[in-house]
Amino acid sequence: MADEAPVTLITGASRGIGQAIALRCAKENQQLVLCARSVDALSATLEGCHQTGAPEPLCIGMDLERSDLIPALFQDIFKRYGRLDGLVNNAGILHEGLLGMIRPEEIDRVLAINIKAPLMMIQYAARLMTRRKTGSIVNLASIMGVRGAAGLALYAASKAAVVGMTLSAAKELGPKGIRVNAISPGFIATDMTAGLPEAACAARLASIGMGRAGTPEEVADVAGFLLSNAAAYITGQVIGVDGQMTV
Amino acid sequence: MNDIATNDKVVSAFAQVLGIPAAQITDDLRYASIPQWDSIAHMAVISALEEQFAIMIDMDDVIDMNTVGKAREIVRKYGVEV
Repeated sequence: MADEAPVTLITGASRGIGQAIALRCAKENQQLVLCARSVDALSATLEGCHQTGAPEPLCIGMDLERSDLIPALFQDIFKRYGRLDGLVNNAGILHEGLLGMIRPEEIDRVLAINIKAPLMMIQYAARLMTRRKTGSIVNLASIMGVRGAAGLALYAASKAAVVGMTLSAAKELGPKGIRVNAISPGFIATDMTAGLPEAACAARLASIGMGRAGTPEEVADVAGFLLSNAAAYITGQVIGVDGQMTV
Repeated sequence: MNDIATNDKVVSAFAQVLGIPAAQITDDLRYASIPQWDSIAHMAVISALEEQFAIMIDMDDVIDMNTVGKAREIVRKYGVEV
C-alpha cells in the first residue's frame, strides 16, 4: 500500500490555479481525483496530466452547490483507492457587487460553493486520512478574506470563513497527523480575475510591490509544497502568495 | 482472557476505543452516558468500525449513531453481517 501513488483530490481543476496544481501533482506521479462542474471541462487538464505519465486521473463532474453529492464522491474514492493523502479545496466563485446590490440567492450560492462545500470536503477527507494517520489539506483563501475591498463583501466574507475553517481544522486534526493549511493568493492572472473591470485590475496591479500579477503556477508551487512531506511540520498556516501586496 | 475479548466485532471496537470491559458494553449503552464516550471518542469509534469492517460511514450515520445497538444497525446497512 505504501508504494502506491498518493491520492490527491483537487476541486476546480479545470482551469487557472486548480489546473496548475493538478499538473504539478501529476508531475509527481500522484493519483489525482479531479473535480469540476463537468467532466468535459477537465479535458485540457486531463491532457496535461497524460503527458506526465501519471496514473490515469479520475474525473468527476459535479456542481459543488450540490452538497448532497459530496458523500458519494468520497465513497467512490474509498472504494477505488481505499485512501486519500491530499485534498486541495480550490474551487470557488468570485462575486462582485456593492452591498446594496447583492441578492439573497447570490449569498446562498457563494456560501454554498466557497464555504459549505470545502467544509464538507474536509469532513470526509479527514475521515479517510485518519485511517493512515497522515494527510494534507490545502484550502485556497484570498487576500480579500483579511483585507476586504469595496464591492467584494460577499466574496471576502466567504474567504475569511476559509481562514477560520483552516485554523480550526488544523487544531482539531493535528493530533491525527493531518495538516491543514491555506494559501492566500493576491492578484493572480486567471479567468476569474480577467473578468474584473479594467479600472479594478489597474488599481490592484498598482498595489503590488513586485509590479505584476502572479501566475497560477506560482500558487501551485506552494500548494505542491504544502501537500508534500517537505512541509511535514507545517500546519495551521495561511501563506500569502501575493508579490508583496500585503507587507 | 483480557477485558475486551469478545466475538462481537462491534462490541470489540467500542471496548478497545472506550477502554472499558466488553461485558459492560450492551446495545443500550448510549453516547455521552459515560465519560469515556465523548465526542472525541465517538470519532475514534467511527474510525475503529470503519477499519474493522472496511466501510466508510456517511456523516448522517455518524451523527445518528447514539447507541451501540444503533451502531450495529448502521454497519448492517453497509452490507456487514454482525
